[in-house]
Amino acid sequence: MSTTNSRIDRRFAALKAEGRAGLVAFITAGDPDHDTCLDLLKGLPGAGADLIELGMPFTDPMADGPAIQASTLRALAAGARMTRTLDLVKAFREGDADTPIILMGYYNPVYAYGVDRFLADAKTAGVDGLIVVDLPPEEDGELCLPAQAAGVNFIRLATPTTDKARLPAVLANTSGFIYYVSIAGITGAGSATSDAIAAAVAHLRSGTDLPVAVGFGITTPQGAADVARVADAAVVGSAIVRRLEANLDADGKAKPGLVPDVLGFVGQLAAGVRGARK
Amino acid sequence: MSLNTYRAGPDEHGHFGIYGGRFVAETLMPLILDLEKAYTAAKDDPAFKAEMGYYLNQYVGRPSKLYFAERLTNELGGAKIYLKREELNHTGAHKINNCIGQILLAKRMGKTRIIAETGAGQHGVATATVCALFGLPCTIYMGEVDIARQQPNVFRMKLLGAEVKPVTSGSRTLKDAMNEALRDWVTNVGDTFYIIGTTAGPHPYPALVRDFQSIIGHEVREQMVAMEGRLPDTLVACIGGGSNALGLFYPFLDDADVAMVAVEAAGHGIETGAHAASLTGGRPGVLHGNRTYLLQDEDGQILEGHSISAGLDYPGIGPEHSWLHDVGRVTYVSATDTEALDAFQRLSKVEGIIPALESSHALAEVIRRAPTLPKDHLMVVNLSGRGDKDIFTVARELGVSL
Ligand SMILES: Cc1ncc(COP(=O)(O)O)c(C=O)c1O
Repeated sequence: MSTTNSRIDRRFAALKAEGRAGLVAFITAGDPDHDTCLDLLKGLPGAGADLIELGMPFTDPMADGPAIQASTLRALAAGARMTRTLDLVKAFREGDADTPIILMGYYNPVYAYGVDRFLADAKTAGVDGLIVVDLPPEEDGELCLPAQAAGVNFIRLATPTTDKARLPAVLANTSGFIYYVSIAGITGAGSATSDAIAAAVAHLRSGTDLPVAVGFGITTPQGAADVARVADAAVVGSAIVRRLEANLDADGKAKPGLVPDVLGFVGQLAAGVRGARK
Repeated sequence: MSLNTYRAGPDEHGHFGIYGGRFVAETLMPLILDLEKAYTAAKDDPAFKAEMGYYLNQYVGRPSKLYFAERLTNELGGAKIYLKREELNHTGAHKINNCIGQILLAKRMGKTRIIAETGAGQHGVATATVCALFGLPCTIYMGEVDIARQQPNVFRMKLLGAEVKPVTSGSRTLKDAMNEALRDWVTNVGDTFYIIGTTAGPHPYPALVRDFQSIIGHEVREQMVAMEGRLPDTLVACIGGGSNALGLFYPFLDDADVAMVAVEAAGHGIETGAHAASLTGGRPGVLHGNRTYLLQDEDGQILEGHSISAGLDYPGIGPEHSWLHDVGRVTYVSATDTEALDAFQRLSKVEGIIPALESSHALAEVIRRAPTLPKDHLMVVNLSGRGDKDIFTVARELGVSL
């Protein structure tokens, strides 16, 4: 089942028409503070991000490495909460009707907000998709099915432990695209070889026509380009968040120049992706 | 779930009512499905049961005694109090019962590396112990804050050959140690077995740990019938994640005349917010693989628990307890740091048994409840651990420098 003609579907169709892969850029909502995050968000499409993943902060990010852990805790310390995350999306949408935004995070903040209320407010704010790390297919009744019914894509993660037997369960009820986590591990750790990624993407394509994005362990324009040659999109998170972190002062506050520096880095990643198949 | 029995859960999805489940990253999903399959097979395998029985008897020293606490009974002047002496087990707590079961399962599954989380260090010590026993490398995750307050157990784990990895993320206590153990597991999916220390985590852990700990209740049942010719009237246990309590309660859940009281840590007092009483002071949420009562703010951010006892200050509770709470089969109360400290000293002086600070919470409830009951009322309290590990904490609280 796919939620047809969503903003995500349209974006991937456009990328296909251009004959190139896309760049998915991740930042955490409210990191390092609400206003700086909004400036970053607004600048991402211009810097070359084709889709945006916006992290929903959570105290206990079990699947994240040190960079994103620190990022989520910074955001919380700066006052991030679900309503503020949705405010960011709303403010972004006022100036951009085309770039898909996917909220990514863990289930408890969504559950605490209330699933129905969350889906209604997210849809109104202009959210296109959800990635919820701790909701495997076994828990589809919680959020995945209600999201699809509300017209919000639910994007599933496939991993190196997703074998042939499990793949159909992972693909069922997925829409928008499928996100291949290229290593067994947490965000920001290690990276897979190009050959392993190519084989995994081929394995996924045997089961679905959905676009395949690949993430975890992509840190450089070159790494993004390597992925862009075999997948429909490359996802970069920890490396962007680390670049942001390098622009903080001793108190964790944004130094002048943070936004252009981070966007400059995103621009390099985008150039890698765009040049990959030339 | 049929309500003719309280012992039918979990269902095939790992649910106890609305609680439990399998809220884990996709990378781990195949692993917990494998574990479930392996456990289902082992459970009914006489060879597995025989092997467990052998180690529980010869190595752990089971059965543990059910001891009539005569002096405490006389002092309180009410119910007849029995202590289930889990503190006499090898390593000094009930935690080893579960560790024996899980490491035998790990061996059956061909796993070659063990990880665990620990708060007070009791589960860490028990895990390090069974890893030494079976010659498997062992990594224990422990929050920096807990490392500082449980030094003797940290050293014990190291002596046993375990690597103790300090956890510096988040609040640097038990919940963060569990996060870090999950991060390790997701990274080392091929060879690693995660020995969870309480009735929490994703299905099948809550059921599996409960089953391994149920030997406590099974023994009490036989022992009480042998000593008094009938079942006990009230069972009392403390609650961190809930394993010593469920281990005692589970075999009695369908005996309608047996009352059960579980004691959460009220820390400085529920009203202060500095406590670890998930049922009394929390609400349902999802963390560490299951839905259960959690200490959390309005936005679903997890709050830190507080208790004088490092083994109780987890912001959640096993999902089966959440269900037993909602259906009303078990009564959940709480005891403060001060009440636990008083109980700690009282049992030491009256019975010559120094209890763990965790178990002291259960004793605090016994001290409150026993005097109100008739002399023929049979009350069993789970003495889940011994207090040697806590003497530094208690000395500090009492203003004594060691
Ligand atoms: C002696 C003792 N009792 C109780 C507990 C609490 O755990 P549970 O509720 O799983 O029995 C601990 C945990 O460390 C412990 O060491």
